[in-house]
Amino acid sequence: MDQQWDLTGWLLALGQTLALMALAPLYAGWIKWVKCHLQNRRAPSIFQPYRGLNKLFHKRPILAENASVIFRMAPYILLGAMLLAASAVPFVTTHLPTTAVVDMIVLVGYFALAKFFLVLAGMDVGTSFGGMGSSREANFSAFAEPAMLLVVFTLAMVASSTNLSIVMQALQETGLVLRPSLAFILAALLMVGLAENGRIPVDNPATHLELTMIHEAMILEYSGRYLAMVEWAAQVKLMLYGVLIVNIFFPFDLAADLTAPALLLALGSVLIKLAFMGAGLAVVETGLAKMRLFRVPTFLILAFMLAFMGMFSHILLEVA
Amino acid sequence: MNLTEMNLFQQAILTASAMVMFMSFLLLSQSRVISTIHTFAAQSVLIVLITGLVAIEERELHLAWSALLTLVLKVIFIPWLLHRIARKFRIQRAADIMYSPALVMLAGGAIAIFCYYIALPIERYIEGITRPIVAISMTTVMLGFLILITRSKAISQVIGFMAIENGLFLAAVSATQGMPMIVEIGVAFDVLVAAIIFGVFFFQMKESFDSFDVDHLNQLSEGDA
Repeated sequence: MDQQWDLTGWLLALGQTLALMALAPLYAGWIKWVKCHLQNRRAPSIFQPYRGLNKLFHKRPILAENASVIFRMAPYILLGAMLLAASAVPFVTTHLPTTAVVDMIVLVGYFALAKFFLVLAGMDVGTSFGGMGSSREANFSAFAEPAMLLVVFTLAMVASSTNLSIVMQALQETGLVLRPSLAFILAALLMVGLAENGRIPVDNPATHLELTMIHEAMILEYSGRYLAMVEWAAQVKLMLYGVLIVNIFFPFDLAADLTAPALLLALGSVLIKLAFMGAGLAVVETGLAKMRLFRVPTFLILAFMLAFMGMFSHILLEVA
Repeated sequence: MNLTEMNLFQQAILTASAMVMFMSFLLLSQSRVISTIHTFAAQSVLIVLITGLVAIEERELHLAWSALLTLVLKVIFIPWLLHRIARKFRIQRAADIMYSPALVMLAGGAIAIFCYYIALPIERYIEGITRPIVAISMTTVMLGFLILITRSKAISQVIGFMAIENGLFLAAVSATQGMPMIVEIGVAFDVLVAAIIFGVFFFQMKESFDSFDVDHLNQLSEGDA
């Protein structure tokens, strides 16, 4: 895009990044709240994740004796990658300078960077649980990433661009069209999202059993502000997946111009869509049991097949 | 014709046919007997839906009749029969062992691409919106063959056979606006008879071998092993 961006655009981009970072713990709290009510438990306040993060930020971190610099660096890299990713995903409008320069492959790259350093940090201290979690995470992401990239390629073929803003605009303009390819890649992206965020059929975010952990096992050695940053990054990642899914597949109210009413309408609608999405996630997590570890690759290969069929049915049915 | 220029009916036909292909892949990946029967029923429902929508779109009355025939036979009767057999022999939760499901799925993907490639010249001679479905129906047939090859339990093989029939039916609907009614009734009757014969065959197998594994059929008599 060769548009000239003025100050408003940059300010909005900054605002969206900060808003996404600030709202992420609330989103995690909302999902937990819905989940507790579905399971007939008393729910903690939906602001509980903020309190948890606040508490952790005020605690002194304790490092293992043989923790290297990677271990201390990883939380910053994690949060930094998420910050960049939060600026790159169109939240309420597609007309932002930061979303214009970044395409979907870079976004997948941000997530991969964060994951790479988390895996390294898990292995760094040398405890068995950390290494176990890292090896599992690396194994599953080797299956999840091809599916994710096929989703990206299918979207790129539908909209003739890998840029997220252009994809969303193109899908918004065509309006209601039943596209088999989009239905398949939506299913694939949902499955990849569950796996990448360590949600229930793949990993249990609330588990205390070290032997079944994946994400939690890698961060067992973290404490204090490092743990707060890692957890915050995970919450932002979940939120970003939610925003990606609702804005790509249901982009009806994205603001077309940068006026206050349009932006407010878009913000309201995206928050409602995200709330529904979070409630849906809570229903899935309540209804399903965590699957056996060795079945996860099959689950992710199904996601890959769905993404492949999305691409294939696009070639087969939509451009013929 | 581009998808965005079609009306909602035509888009629905194409989406449903893509779902038929997905159901074939699901059949390929599932190992529980009961869930394969359900997936087969779901695939047949989609076939009925497609046939009905094409009947409305192309104003062909006889397609509506064959949709009805498929509904009665493949959505209701055959799944019910297989369900009954599975209940009778207590194999609802039995899993069919399949070696490296991931590899089979990838083979399925390769078959889909191959079918698309060989369907291209056929599609050139077909008019109307059902044109791209030919490749999907071929894929369904070929994936049915793959199910036959990779499974060893007799009941999954019957499902594979029925999936092949679904693919052929879809090909008839998409390529030639359905077969003549008399042929269609004949095929439906054949499928019905096949289902009943399979039922009898299951009983015989269970009595002779006490198992549904078709590998037992390689032996000529009980004497040599």
